[in-house]
Amino acid sequence: MTYQPQKDFGTPESRSDAAVSLTIDGREVTVPAGTSVMRAAAEQGTSIPKLCATDSVKSYGSCRLCLVEIDGRRGTPASCTTQVEPGMVVRTQTPQLAKLRKGVMELYISDHPLDCLTCAANGDCELQDQAGAVGLRDVRYDVQATHLGQEKDHSNPYFDFDPSKCIACSRCIRACDEVQGTLALTMEGRGWDSKISAGFASDNFMGSECVSCGACVQACPTATLVEKKVVEVGTPERSVVTTCAYCGVGCTFRAEMRGEQLVRMVPYKDGKANRGHSCVKGRFAWGYAQHQERILKPMIRKSINDPWRAVEWDEAFAYTASELKRISAKYGRNALGGITSSRCTNEETFLVQKLVRAGFGNNNVDTCARVCHSPTGYGLKTTFGTSAGTQDFDSVEDSDVILIIGANPTDGHPVFASRMKRRLRGQDGRPGAKLIVIDPRRTDIVRSPHIEAQHHLPLRPGTNVAVLTAMAHVIVTEGLADEAFIRERCDWDEYSHWAEFVSQARNSPENLQPVTLVDAEDLRAAARLYATGGNGAIYYGLGVTEHSQGSSTVMAIANLAMATGNIGRSGVGVNPLRGQNNVQGACDMGSFPHELAGYRHISDHDARSLFEKDWGVTLDPEPGLRIPNMLDAAVDGVFKALYCQGEDILQSDPNTAHVSAGLAAMECVIVHDLFLNETANYAHIFLPGSTFLEKNGTFTNAERRIQPVRKVMTPMNGLEDWEVTQRLAQAMGLDWNYSHPSEIMDEIARLTPTFAGVSFARLDALGSLQWPVTADAPDGSPIMHIDGFVRGKGKFVVTDYVPTDEKTGPRFPLLLTTGRILSQYNVGAQTRRTENVAWHPEDLLEIHPVDAEDRGVKSGDWVKLASRAGETTLRANVTDRVAPGVVYTTFHHAVTQANVVTTDYSDWATNCPEYKVTAVQISASNGPTEWQEEYEAFSARARRVESGIAAE
Amino acid sequence: MNSEERLIYMANQIATNLATDAAPVAAVADHIQAFWDPRMKRMIFAHGTDGLSPVAAAAIRLLADAQNGG
Repeated sequence: MTYQPQKDFGTPESRSDAAVSLTIDGREVTVPAGTSVMRAAAEQGTSIPKLCATDSVKSYGSCRLCLVEIDGRRGTPASCTTQVEPGMVVRTQTPQLAKLRKGVMELYISDHPLDCLTCAANGDCELQDQAGAVGLRDVRYDVQATHLGQEKDHSNPYFDFDPSKCIACSRCIRACDEVQGTLALTMEGRGWDSKISAGFASDNFMGSECVSCGACVQACPTATLVEKKVVEVGTPERSVVTTCAYCGVGCTFRAEMRGEQLVRMVPYKDGKANRGHSCVKGRFAWGYAQHQERILKPMIRKSINDPWRAVEWDEAFAYTASELKRISAKYGRNALGGITSSRCTNEETFLVQKLVRAGFGNNNVDTCARVCHSPTGYGLKTTFGTSAGTQDFDSVEDSDVILIIGANPTDGHPVFASRMKRRLRGQDGRPGAKLIVIDPRRTDIVRSPHIEAQHHLPLRPGTNVAVLTAMAHVIVTEGLADEAFIRERCDWDEYSHWAEFVSQARNSPENLQPVTLVDAEDLRAAARLYATGGNGAIYYGLGVTEHSQGSSTVMAIANLAMATGNIGRSGVGVNPLRGQNNVQGACDMGSFPHELAGYRHISDHDARSLFEKDWGVTLDPEPGLRIPNMLDAAVDGVFKALYCQGEDILQSDPNTAHVSAGLAAMECVIVHDLFLNETANYAHIFLPGSTFLEKNGTFTNAERRIQPVRKVMTPMNGLEDWEVTQRLAQAMGLDWNYSHPSEIMDEIARLTPTFAGVSFARLDALGSLQWPVTADAPDGSPIMHIDGFVRGKGKFVVTDYVPTDEKTGPRFPLLLTTGRILSQYNVGAQTRRTENVAWHPEDLLEIHPVDAEDRGVKSGDWVKLASRAGETTLRANVTDRVAPGVVYTTFHHAVTQANVVTTDYSDWATNCPEYKVTAVQISASNGPTEWQEEYEAFSARARRVESGIAAE
Repeated sequence: MNSEERLIYMANQIATNLATDAAPVAAVADHIQAFWDPRMKRMIFAHGTDGLSPVAAAAIRLLADAQNGG
């Protein structure tokens, strides 16, 4: 469509159910009570001039431009701060108002540079628009003192700050406060000296607490805060609504374009996951999409010791198919397998698992959710009957108590964290929700501006189950369980068995304190708060799942929610925060080796028959290999070929030495990706991938929301990823003829009851749909288990604490836990190829001052991080954010390879790796380890291309 | 550990975590039946019950018998 800015209603929407009718400029309009006159006017298409108002923040009433006349009222009230009243008669255009507005604008413009023609916001500037709207033709003042000529702040890599263009409307400050919740910006000085500041007077934007979410840039009505890309290439001329490809929040954006050039990604106000907000990754970190290191031609080689040879697509598909057929004939069909990606679309994921099941003839397909949220699938299916979270994101607005366990939302899921923080701060006289954080680290949300957790339980890594069982002990033994809910909704006998178990003295907080290191009184208080504080919602992340008892922890969480009746309505529930953009979707699409799309076991005859009939093949009724099992089988010499789409298992999976041994033992490793990633060092075939900007499809976010991904530019490699998989399938002899991903979704809907009502046409019409989308719920299901659990009765499962076998001892006395940081994403393949490296150029090891002093380590020192599995080096950051005995690092940088250190231990039910607990030792170091040096040399060799060296 | 040792470890780990189930042997057998690929099952059947906890061993015997019987 032709470029149109998103409509700005001036003030936020009122959520009142009561309606108010009034007359504006002779036309009657009905709006919810609590709506401002400005918004009511905008709803009926009347644009009242404004500058300090925007609908993402509360009204402020400072610019005096939005004045109106109201019958029976004296003067000219500001329409942004005046609420509608029944029968009110408003005039927005009168000679008196015109005169006042022109006078206001004249003052503004008298202190504003008149460089519109060369200004980056020319044509997209509210000040310019309003000057035109009020008919300003002349500025009469002979101004001596101005704010012009001030130094610009170019420090942020993505946007500039030009204080000379600032009109001191404070929209940026309020956006930082109200939308993002960082409260970094402030107004420095008073009166004439007022100036927007990024913090202290000495701070520039980069040096301040600004997290570069872009809310201030979005709110700025002038070019004071403007994207560098707009300065560079000009304003956009069209826009396409699409879905972010970073984390599981699934923000909706407008990709604003000039031709095929992306100018900026702007958060979409109607996006139901993000409600118009964004973070530094989705908003700005998309430069990787056009990065020079992208591989755009297929490449093949006989051996990983050979250099790569670029070939045309036809040769690549023919060669790949011939290799797969050769290996199948020589070693048997079970020697082949595939890995689907949570970064790819539902349609692409569905095709990869279909290729494996129908083309390779086995069920050796797995997905990267194996290493993140597979315990969520197991745990929630067992207890509730559905492998998914129970709520939509809006639900948090109705929460009274928020319990976060093993998640760091301000870094991992920043846009949802902002919504959560808004609820925690309270608003408009409504007190904020109470907060319980269970985490070994003092994550940012524990204490941030206007937020302080009532309870932070800094448990010893690996003791989640013990902590949750102790909480259950308190709830049951103190009579806080919601027995009416349990009798109605759950299996009472199972509850009784569970209640008897958790009530045992050995499960009391006091008895478990030596194990968990959590103060028993604090734990008791937290349990009481969760059980009695009103609507209680649990949010969790990989700090729950990536443990040897990951599945048990998920079930322990479900037990707590059921025991307290916190399921089945807004404000409560069990909410897994998914790591990558399409973790939920990849799981939904039948990517696990034991399940068909819609979580139906492969041994289920009826489900299998449905697929067999549709696909015209016979499916193996036995489950296939999971990723770690594939690697074991490869080392054993029986698994020989792997099609790996959009994943970098060498960097992301645990125990790098074991992963590399498995990959090295294979005869045909096919990597389908944007870049020559670490796994590609062991690959024989490289199929270039396309970015989310270059293809059509859908992603499903953490709230089960299926959202369109729309192609805004031609794939640089020539093919969308689903086309690559289809061409490979055709080369293998499969009769696939999809002409558009919508046809793949039609097939998914045909074969998957929970997707029955999903189609591209409906997604286009509604924007998004939350599954299940069925005849009973044709517009989707924002909240699940409302009248009963999907499995019938909710199932309480006894979760006995079993300590991990990864033990500390004299050689490895510290516990390493890993995580991510706001500016980087997963293995960093995307974000490391953006300006985000300015915030996080390397992985650092967080270590407590006491542990650091014992080892003579200071911040910035190089240290060796050693475990039983391997060792690496990185620099130390001494901080009391981690408890004594615990160290922490991120895994974003290939050069660090944190997973050289992590072990093979995994969740008992799903084999999800135990990333979060590794016994380690730290010592001073003066250089890279032998592994790092060898790997760097190997990597350089493995990336050679016949015509030169492929950059990485 | 090698693949066989890993399977023994996994079976024992499953048994430990399902020990509080009302019918732990059946639960362990069901779990292995549902999530292990045929080669993994064959390997542990061939290995026998050495190194397996009593519950894990009983579950493997139950599965192996069902396999042979079926």
